[in-house]
Amino acid sequence: MPTVDVRCRLLDLELRNPIVLASGIIGTSVALLKRAAEAGAGAVTAKSCGPAPRAGHPNPVALDWGGGLINAIGLTNPGAEAEVDLLAGARAALEPLGVPLIASIFAGTVEEFAEVARVVARAGPQLIEVNISCPNVGDEFGTPFAGACQSAVAVTAAVKGAVGIPIAIKLAPNVPDIARIAAAVVEAGADAITAINTMPGMIIDAEAGRPVLSNKVGGISGPALKPIALRCVYEIARAVRVPIIGTGGVNSGRDAAEMLMAGATAVGVGSAVWYRGVGALGEIGAELEEFMRHEAYPTLEAMRGIAAS
Amino acid sequence: MTGPGQLHRPYTVAAIRPINPRTGTLLFREPLPAQPGQFVMAWLPGVDERPFSLAGTDPLALTIAAVGPLSAALLQLPVGGRVWLRGPLGRGYRLAGRRLLLAGGGYGVAPLLFLAREAVAAGCQVEACIGARTAADMLLVEDFEKLGAAVHITTEDGSRGAAGLVTLAVEAAIQAHRPDTVYACGPVKMLAAIDQQCEAHRLPRQLSWEAHMRCGIGLCGSCELILPEPAAHPGPGWLVCLDGPVSFQVPGTSKVPGT
Repeated sequence: MPTVDVRCRLLDLELRNPIVLASGIIGTSVALLKRAAEAGAGAVTAKSCGPAPRAGHPNPVALDWGGGLINAIGLTNPGAEAEVDLLAGARAALEPLGVPLIASIFAGTVEEFAEVARVVARAGPQLIEVNISCPNVGDEFGTPFAGACQSAVAVTAAVKGAVGIPIAIKLAPNVPDIARIAAAVVEAGADAITAINTMPGMIIDAEAGRPVLSNKVGGISGPALKPIALRCVYEIARAVRVPIIGTGGVNSGRDAAEMLMAGATAVGVGSAVWYRGVGALGEIGAELEEFMRHEAYPTLEAMRGIAAS
Repeated sequence: MTGPGQLHRPYTVAAIRPINPRTGTLLFREPLPAQPGQFVMAWLPGVDERPFSLAGTDPLALTIAAVGPLSAALLQLPVGGRVWLRGPLGRGYRLAGRRLLLAGGGYGVAPLLFLAREAVAAGCQVEACIGARTAADMLLVEDFEKLGAAVHITTEDGSRGAAGLVTLAVEAAIQAHRPDTVYACGPVKMLAAIDQQCEAHRLPRQLSWEAHMRCGIGLCGSCELILPEPAAHPGPGWLVCLDGPVSFQVPGTSKVPGT
């Protein structure tokens, strides 16, 4: 049997495998982040936090519509100050497991992004993911910052100037040219790109004659998102040299391989927790390893970007 | 794995059976195949969506107490009115053994009655401990008796049955006639106490927990169960919607989330 090495170098972090718990999925407590790590994730991302506590949207906030999931949780979070304790606790719990912690932040203004980044940096996460692309809070925050180069660059530069921790910018799929935005944020100092956030969509219940989600619009994830994510990662990988955390619809080891082949360095996993349970985080990594053995890829590097050349 | 999904589907109210002034059972025209202990997310468009345990599947039945806008609106629906449900969700009870002790507190008795029906049909012997705050809050005692179950009643104010918490009746029942498995549904404190009782008696138990629930599909983290000390089962990081609502515990093992 050929030996296979699934260890993943992400910036200066060594991940035991490339599977990263995506933001917004069970990353709401120390125990849940630890559980994701124990299930086998290579790194874990906490739920996004912002400047102040938010309850989120009223129910219904999510459902499985068949082709994927849709959600508009509404950035429920305890606020950055309270998040520091959670992140510090998670970091301490993850340290012995050798699993890096990624914090995730959002805000309503460029200045607030910098401030929230400064606050969460106190907890010492290994990476800060900057969520400029949540599709579900448009009423309060306007068009996501990820929608245009200028706003994406402004947030990136402000956060980069505020903290000494590496930052990943999380991009939105619903833009005319995602590669252009990726190149602009890298130019502004982004150390990595997370691509992609969910795709805005809507589920209407025909008998009820109205959208199901209380927010009406929500983010599409799961299988329906995968081809969109693969295209985005492919385009970004051709435009920038920084690592990409390829996220969107990965539900198996094969899906993870496809994401790496599109050019991702690591692979975010989220909705698979519903389809397969928390164990999916470890199982997908094991399936990837099995795929690599079968297809004779000794390392992730041997596979990375081969579909994009 | 991915499948057909779980969109809401409208279910039509066939009848509402009042139980007490603020509680009733909605019976629907359409069946919804599920196991006792599983739940549905019930949505009234424009009102709210919340989890409800199933009180029966054919006909589909939901026992509802008017505690908020959604439950009050559900109890006021006319016959022919519609409720949108997604589910069944979660892991339900499993029949284990021949002698079953069921313990319900407050509204927790509704899913246990569903379990009792299935258990009796499978030839099990069922004993039930039912607790409530007062006699007026007591639910479904006669339904358990009709099934042939031995029923022990407690009320906190002593207005019906023995005075005290349902855990008193559980203790007496365990000592009088040791069951193969204990099944319980009720408030978190009650279940934490029953978990400890069962551990002390080295009994397997299946406990159905309640929590603030939002997505219902294991993503949002809202329903992580936080137990009062020194309760230990299920452990931290346990999600009521995805891992539960029923926890399975055998004596002498530490609870691993999601198992």
